[in-house]
Amino acid sequence: MNLLEQPRFLLRITRTNDIIRRYFVVNGFDGALTMLGLIIGFLVSGATDLSVIINVCLGAAIALGVSGVSSAYVSEVAERKRALGKLEDAMITDLRDSAHGEAARGVPLLIALVNGFAPLAISLLILTPLIAANTGFALPVSPLYVAVAIALLLIFMLGVFLGSIAGVSWLRSGIQTLLVAILTAALIYLFAGY
Amino acid sequence: MVLVKRLVLDVLKPHEPNALEFSQALAKAGGDYRVCITVLEVDKKTETLKVVVEGYAIDFDAVESGISDLGGSLHSIDEVEVQSEPQAG
Repeated sequence: MNLLEQPRFLLRITRTNDIIRRYFVVNGFDGALTMLGLIIGFLVSGATDLSVIINVCLGAAIALGVSGVSSAYVSEVAERKRALGKLEDAMITDLRDSAHGEAARGVPLLIALVNGFAPLAISLLILTPLIAANTGFALPVSPLYVAVAIALLLIFMLGVFLGSIAGVSWLRSGIQTLLVAILTAALIYLFAGY
Repeated sequence: MVLVKRLVLDVLKPHEPNALEFSQALAKAGGDYRVCITVLEVDKKTETLKVVVEGYAIDFDAVESGISDLGGSLHSIDEVEVQSEPQAG
């Protein structure tokens, strides 16, 4: 089996394809909304040094990534051990050296990496205009507004992805998640705009 | 030399990998293996299979190892077909 086939096989035999997809969307959404919240917070607070904004957002992104990896790993190790134990009871045999045993060890790591990578990658994409502006790249509009636009676009795309999974209208699903982001922005302006 | 030509095995396996993947993996144990699987019984977490393996010279250890690698358990050897080959010289 090649490098991609093996993880796919392990996910398939443990029936965790949907779990990994769910983790990607849920934590990706967390990352995008957190960055959106931070950037809008900085926008309503008035002018702040760009490097401060980047460091604060980067700190939050790294924390989301590490939190995603560690929390998913701990919970998935417990879940996979439990599932393997139940399967061993049904088979009345030790499955540690089988594909199921390998899956019980490898799948938590895969899920943890996806769970940590999703918010980190999405956060870094949102921070791209801030980092570009800070390194001297001239943008036609404020990098904070570009970052907000990227965050809204990524949140919309996550909705489109969910729509394609559910087999419903991608546009409707994308607009639904976009409305959540707009509601978040409105709440921040309402409570933090003093 | 005696060559194993055909084996009929009673195997218990988890639902995953499914019968197709299971048969493909067993066929890979040899260069010319023909594998036929019949699902005899489906329980909550397991399936009982009748596995027929045919080939020019079946390596039983490789087949058994293939079964256990996929989480299966060999319960019994129900049928065997072997053939002796005349020694050269």
